[in-house]
Amino acid sequence: MTDTSPLLDIADLKVAFDTETGTVTPILGVNLKVHAGETVALVGESGSGKSVTSLAVMGLLPRPAGRVAEGRILFRRRSGDSVDLATLPREAMQQLRGGEIAMIFQEPMTSLNPVLSVGEQIAEAVRQHMKLDRRAAQKRAIEMLELVEIPAAASRALEYPHEMSGGMRQRVMIALAMSCNPSLLIADEPTTALDVTVQAQILALIDRLRHDTGMGVLFITHNLGVVAEVADRVTVMYAGQVVEAGPVRALFRGARHPYTRGLMDCLPARAHRGADGRRVVKAIPGTVASALAIHDGCRFGPRCEHAADACRAAPPGLEFAEPEHLTRCIRWRSL
Amino acid sequence: MTVQGDPLLSVNGLSKWFGSPSQGVRAVNDVSFSVGDGEVLGLVGESGSGKSTIGRLLLRLLDPTNGTIRFEGKDISALNERALRPLRRRMQMVFQDPYASLNPRLRIRQILGEALDAHGLARGKARAARIAELLELVGLSADHADRYPHEFSGGQRQRIGIARALAVEPRLIVADEPVSALDVSVQAQVLNLLQDLRRKLGLSMVLISHDLDVVELMCDRIAVLYLGRLMEVGTAEEVNRNPRHPYTRALLAAAPKPDPDAPKAQRLLKGDLPSPKSPPSGCVFRTRCPLAIEACATTVPALETVAEGHAVACIRSDVQELMTS
Repeated sequence: MTDTSPLLDIADLKVAFDTETGTVTPILGVNLKVHAGETVALVGESGSGKSVTSLAVMGLLPRPAGRVAEGRILFRRRSGDSVDLATLPREAMQQLRGGEIAMIFQEPMTSLNPVLSVGEQIAEAVRQHMKLDRRAAQKRAIEMLELVEIPAAASRALEYPHEMSGGMRQRVMIALAMSCNPSLLIADEPTTALDVTVQAQILALIDRLRHDTGMGVLFITHNLGVVAEVADRVTVMYAGQVVEAGPVRALFRGARHPYTRGLMDCLPARAHRGADGRRVVKAIPGTVASALAIHDGCRFGPRCEHAADACRAAPPGLEFAEPEHLTRCIRWRSL
Repeated sequence: MTVQGDPLLSVNGLSKWFGSPSQGVRAVNDVSFSVGDGEVLGLVGESGSGKSTIGRLLLRLLDPTNGTIRFEGKDISALNERALRPLRRRMQMVFQDPYASLNPRLRIRQILGEALDAHGLARGKARAARIAELLELVGLSADHADRYPHEFSGGQRQRIGIARALAVEPRLIVADEPVSALDVSVQAQVLNLLQDLRRKLGLSMVLISHDLDVVELMCDRIAVLYLGRLMEVGTAEEVNRNPRHPYTRALLAAAPKPDPDAPKAQRLLKGDLPSPKSPPSGCVFRTRCPLAIEACATTVPALETVAEGHAVACIRSDVQELMTS
């Protein structure tokens, strides 16, 4: 396996949940690659399946109801071996998670332990994964807090999560995630709960760490401003499927799927002046489709202004519109 | 927007302290602004700026500690609940969370009916027709009246929240983050609806939002708040194109633009907002301000007019360059 092979390679992923009323498949058709040193944004609205996808990668699907039903999630380990996270035994997954693969969430308060000081929490993680003794682990914890630009790190290490602001807590989460030198960081809406001036600080921090360590970042967000800011490549999900993927400029300049186009056009920043001089945004009609509903044709079809009979006849597959640019739309040529 | 005589709403020296005077939180501190007839004013700020508290003070859902609120020329800041009742019909609120603001056990017909009953409107036979009219006004249909809130999507629920506010034919709507809880593709629908209604009904609006793009789209004028104080107020165009307060400039620079070739968002501000329990002396923004000088710690800057309809509370607003901290 060469160095140019992706760090993470998700192919034809299908996630199923067993419920009282039968089996549902919230994820049906996800293909996604993350290379070392790049940031891939995974974009979607509520119910698109972006968070379930990240849970599948982390082996955190709720058991026993949730499972990977089809497809593979290949991860290239530091040793060079490739493992399929979809079939990896639980113990092996635990060793990877928090070690080579780390994750940060939207609300750090719910992921941090409220009864341990932040220094102790980081020390605990490094002792588990890096086999350091107590003293070396504590030293490492303070270094990590310095790495995420927390001033007076040695004294802040003694504080508890509730004593910190939202921005500081997110920095602690990042310090915790970075403490075992991950090669892949999964960031699930890490700045959504933060104020915009603090968001700018956290985005710059994640980007600096990616640059310095060469890790790959899978950045899950619904905010297209953040996408434009951080991403090298973008994958757009709708109702449990990837509908478009490509380099960030290709998507913002020449989206090849009507949903991606619609998402961009409905931003207030892209409002246009109507005939009466009033500024209007071009809204996508209808409501976000449920991935759980029965779909005969294209899942976006009912809201799509370009939908034709053929779109309703059969579910569209992913095809290349350009090299590196995928779309799940049979009419992309006429967009 | 030209305004003749008294503005519809004017606020003067408004303050709200929570808790004891010595240890409490000064959520709103000496804020003044006005809203003209048919005008939309945006209140912008980060968490702790006091924008939502101001919204609740305007409707007298909270009692002000100091200052006056004049609505239709009348001082309403000290009116009791009974005297406020007729005014409540003229000013209404739209809330952020459409899931939490509708009673799950009532049908839409009852939810809208409660609002009408509160003011004795559309009684008897007129009721059904009025409810149908309201639902159609917000882009729903009359047969939605018999459903329960859980049968609707987030965007549709927000439409119901708007219909309930409009049921009593208000002149002023205070909308607190009306689209923040909605998916992007649905946000646009609700923003367009609010613009349509504003024009059709001649509504005035106070729009509270942390999203600068939303505010720029919807508002005639914008007031920027930080830690309970008004930093800058002006026409939407002026504040966006020619921001004068260092905080407004930092806020605009920090917002990520949906364009990969736009200049990257800048982090001009270090650190977090100070606690509103112990705000900095002088200018409350000085601890994060890249332009702060010694004088900023000693005097609270007054709001001064820098151009027609554009006022700024900063003694350094003449300095053009913001240093990156």
